[in-house]
Amino acid sequence: MSYLVKNQADLDQYLENYHVLDQDYELIDIPERLETEKAQPASSFMKDVWTRFIANKGAIIGAVIILLFIVLSLVVPMVSKFDPNAVSTAQQSMGPRVPLLESIGLFNGKTGIVQYEGEFANMYHYFGTDTLGRDLWVRVWSGCQISLFVAATAVVVNVCIGIVYGMISGYFGGIVDSVMQRFQEIVNSIPTLVVLTLLLIVMSPGLWSIIVALIITSWIGMARITRAQVLQIKEREFILASKTLGASGFFIIFKKILPNIFGQIIIMAMFAIPNAIFYEAFLSMVGLGIPQPQASLGSLINDGFKSILVTPFQTIIPCVVLGILMLSFNLLADGLRDAFDPKMKEG
Amino acid sequence: MDKSTWKYIGKRLLISAVTLLVIIFVLFLMVRLMPGTPFNDEKLTEAQKALIYKAYGLDKPLWEQFIIYLGNLFKGDFGISFAILKNASVSDLVAPRIGISFGLGIGACFLGTIIGILLGIVAALNRNSFWDTFATVLSVLGVSIPSFVFCLLLLVVLGVEIPVLPVLYSSSQPFKSAIIPMIALSLSVIANVARFTRGEMIEVLGSEYIQLVEAKGVDRSQVIFKHALRNCLIPVITVLGPIIVNLMTGSMVIEKICSIPGLGSLLVNAITVRDYNVIVAVSFLYSIMYVGIMLLIDILYGIIDPRIRLGKGNG
Repeated sequence: MSYLVKNQADLDQYLENYHVLDQDYELIDIPERLETEKAQPASSFMKDVWTRFIANKGAIIGAVIILLFIVLSLVVPMVSKFDPNAVSTAQQSMGPRVPLLESIGLFNGKTGIVQYEGEFANMYHYFGTDTLGRDLWVRVWSGCQISLFVAATAVVVNVCIGIVYGMISGYFGGIVDSVMQRFQEIVNSIPTLVVLTLLLIVMSPGLWSIIVALIITSWIGMARITRAQVLQIKEREFILASKTLGASGFFIIFKKILPNIFGQIIIMAMFAIPNAIFYEAFLSMVGLGIPQPQASLGSLINDGFKSILVTPFQTIIPCVVLGILMLSFNLLADGLRDAFDPKMKEG
Repeated sequence: MDKSTWKYIGKRLLISAVTLLVIIFVLFLMVRLMPGTPFNDEKLTEAQKALIYKAYGLDKPLWEQFIIYLGNLFKGDFGISFAILKNASVSDLVAPRIGISFGLGIGACFLGTIIGILLGIVAALNRNSFWDTFATVLSVLGVSIPSFVFCLLLLVVLGVEIPVLPVLYSSSQPFKSAIIPMIALSLSVIANVARFTRGEMIEVLGSEYIQLVEAKGVDRSQVIFKHALRNCLIPVITVLGPIIVNLMTGSMVIEKICSIPGLGSLLVNAITVRDYNVIVAVSFLYSIMYVGIMLLIDILYGIIDPRIRLGKGNG
């Protein structure tokens, strides 16, 4: 039975005549006790990030290894009884020897040229010695320290330059942006390899000139990411609100935009560190690295390579340390990216 | 191709040209800035020096010198080598090495792409299987560990411990001695390509047009190779840039390690003995190659996906 409701009067008439009957309704699923919905504790963004990060096994392993390496590279050169630069011709190219492992046939010190005999019978060079008799355990960790120092310094400065450049370019737009973009494009299209080589030939090789060269070649990536982020965020309502309230450009850039792109910057920095470590090692391999007697992981590999046929452990050990270090940084960076931005997760 | 495509190509060409000009200018300045000139002899009188400067065109204003320098570069004249092979023309030193470096690079690129694509497909088709894990681990390793580390480890294993392959390059067996460097170089290519293909393949396989093809009862291998693979390979151009950079820096060190007589090892040698003209020549060749490939990638992008052009044009 259906009514045709034509006007208000019809509707009023219908509602007046309508009575609810018992069979119209059926009770289903009567709750015995009314449960109020438990309020989910509001979890902050950083807490979410942390939860996601903790769940990522690779990232945790990476972080632990990096911490371990940092501690070792700081502590070993301080506490070891060997001086990383002390040359001792009597102890040339001794094999790696580690107290407990030697009894099961690993690291027993027999792979070297000079054997652990006579006055050296109770000596333990964990990673052996190099061709000048310097203890490699100390040299590897002090080299690791220098590699990490170079990478960290270069990346921190890069982040600062990149943020300022990217934010100015992205926030102000217009002519400023165009000019800065063209400049960036041209600098970016010169291969890093060529810039690094030329810079280090003009400057004399050393710790600081390597850092400067690394900064000059790699701030662009940071600037580009920052700019892209700024472009995205500056159209949001809260920036408009801030502008309407009369905030200055400087205030908006540093107080409103910067905190919002912080996650991206951390991720970028984490990816930039292994890159810097790589380029430092690369420079050492082509003969533009840290001058002797200082050592970095790259220069240790380069030195060890000269006698790879006789004492391969001098090459393998710093190679493995470098590989593990770079792998750990990449794992950590991957984990951070997934934690900060789950949408970007691959697969 | 419409008008905007041409405009885009023109713009990229212009930027590349400006870049090359900047590089040449920097190289020119470097030659001028380098410590010590060939005419440092104390016995030379002022008059003799003036004569020499005039003979080599060094008395002209800087801009005129720059133009002469440019002209020489275009003629392929990079001057003479000071240290590696005294008084030999740099062009003669460089020319025979280009082919060797190129062969190595292209070989590694080819090998890496094929293995990478296959690995990516297998991983995408059998998600969470052994092959998927294998591909993921290999990608992470290949992306994060430098190729020269791989090369050194391979040398120790296959050259020293189990001597099946030659440690150093020998021209009598160029193929056999290129195996280790090629594997080491191609690992980063495999890693990049496999990672990309896997992600792209998973996305494409879930798309509606693949479902349609499957619903029509097309053979599985045909679905994958004819329909899915084609579509997931177009965006593979995005990883070409990093791959080329990896190959260039990687090959420089690897050529040195395996003593392959290519451009990279020549540059390393030149750096060690500070042979400026050779450094300039090889750097310039590397730059041309890099700028050219980047230009090609950008243009390909613009043609394949006009949205990229728009995005870049605005910013």
